Amino acid sequence: MGGYTYVAPATVADALTILSEHKNNGTRAQVLAGGTDLLVQMRSGDNAGRAIVDIKNIKESNNLVFGETETFIGAAISSAVLNESEKLKELFPGLLEAADLIGSTQIQGRATIAGNLCNASPAGDTIPALIANSGVCVISGPSGERQMAVEEFVTGVGTNALSSEEFVLGLRLPNPALRTSDAYLRFIPRTEMDIAVAGAGVSLSLSEDGTCIAARVAIGAVAPTALLVEDAAEAIVGSKLDEGALSKASEACSGAASPISDKRGTAEYRRKVVGVLCKRAAVIARDRALS
Amino acid sequence: MSNKVQIQSSVNGEIVDFLCDPQETLLDVLRNRLSLTGTKEGCATGDCGACSVLLDGRLTCSCLVLGVEAVDKEITTIEGISEKDGLHPIQRKFLERAALQCGICTPGLIVATKALLEKHKDPDEETIRYWLAGNLCRCTGYDKIVRAVQDAAKELSYEA
Ligand SMILES: Cc1cc2nc3c(=O)[nH]c(=O)nc-3n(C[C@H](O)[C@H](O)[C@H](O)COP(=O)(O)OP(=O)(O)OC[C@H]3O[C@@H](n4cnc5c(N)ncnc54)[C@H](O)[C@@H]3O)c2cc1C
Ligand code: FES
Ligand code: FES
Repeated sequence: MGGYTYVAPATVADALTILSEHKNNGTRAQVLAGGTDLLVQMRSGDNAGRAIVDIKNIKESNNLVFGETETFIGAAISSAVLNESEKLKELFPGLLEAADLIGSTQIQGRATIAGNLCNASPAGDTIPALIANSGVCVISGPSGERQMAVEEFVTGVGTNALSSEEFVLGLRLPNPALRTSDAYLRFIPRTEMDIAVAGAGVSLSLSEDGTCIAARVAIGAVAPTALLVEDAAEAIVGSKLDEGALSKASEACSGAASPISDKRGTAEYRRKVVGVLCKRAAVIARDRALS
Repeated sequence: MSNKVQIQSSVNGEIVDFLCDPQETLLDVLRNRLSLTGTKEGCATGDCGACSVLLDGRLTCSCLVLGVEAVDKEITTIEGISEKDGLHPIQRKFLERAALQCGICTPGLIVATKALLEKHKDPDEETIRYWLAGNLCRCTGYDKIVRAVQDAAKELSYEA
């Protein structure tokens, strides 16, 4: 077993060279962003030596770019910094709320959205919010950049679609259209500092008369990965989010869930809660879209 | 298997050089290599806040930062909070309000309170409780702590 090494490359090209070298040598390298998952994992079992590749010195991974049609969030930006951007909060209030739910003030100062996504915990709070917002991962690798929808990126509990030579440079989100907004809600047994029992992210667009004309609904913590629930979106599109449409969306979420039972809640309970969260998040997103 | 790295950073306003292992946490560096034992270890997994420090002004758990990440950073620990002529008002208010018993959580709470009051001059109770939710205290109960923070906020706003 080799020991640990640490590198903090300043460019994407240098980071990729380091990752490729390790792949070719058959040695392990791991990307470090905020470290709020990685350092805990190094403590609790997975302590084998490896090269830690810190991406916080790469300029592009610190970029926050407000384009005309989309927004780019660099992979190294902490949740605390993101939440200081009024503009970002205005564009994606639900995603920012999800980021704000991650841990304490201390954790927020380090934790990144991309790290939450790459870590691929079933309960990762920002993942359903990213999916609801049609988020796309920008992946840097040896043959250049590729893009992948967030709902395809997480492949299982703790696994993602990256090869060992790739890393996530940032996330791309289409800017919300007119009368479009989002919301994310999770349920935890305590009021702060806990892991979601269930979570739901909704983004929706309304016509002038308040009819829902487009929607995306995603759920978390109730299956091995966060899920895009198309049936739930279909249930509310064309409606004015009346009780009937909301109930159908809620049932679609409960139906899509395949939760486990653990100390935080039984499978049955989680299935029920995720439906309720979907309804409530949809109503919040609607109220935001109208305001 | 030692790959020790030479690091320079600024701790409480002084330039410091130290050698550390790549996987060593900033918390271990502070306590074991720099003898700054005011910063405490409660859990080492980001849950308790006893290890809170300011890293370039931002509140963080030093148990979740690598020592090697401190290159060219400014770190403030509890040892850097007091003033030349004595205790910082936050420290004084914690004493006056008896907001500590065993004291393990206290350095982290004081550093966290400093960061809070730099950002919110006049925080309401809810803001205080949310901001400090990552600092666990097993003895005192949070009420006295919240009162101490409120008193400190008041005194600091008179000073300003
Ligand atoms: C006390 C505490 C409370 C927490 N509460 C919550 C919570 O409420 N909700 C929640 O969802 N999470 C929570 N977390 C987990 C964690 O804080 C989040 O998942 C966080 O967003 C991880 O981001 P990071 O930047 O710290 O990731 P890191 O720890 O740096 O990385 C996480 C993983 O992703 C990989 N990785 C990171 N960035 C990239 C990249 N750009 N490209 C490729 N791979 C990458 C790393 O190699 C590692 O495997 C909590 C953690 C702690 C310690
Ligand atoms: S020791 Fe760092 S949070 Fe507990
Ligand atoms: S005084 Fe003992 S943990 Fe807070």
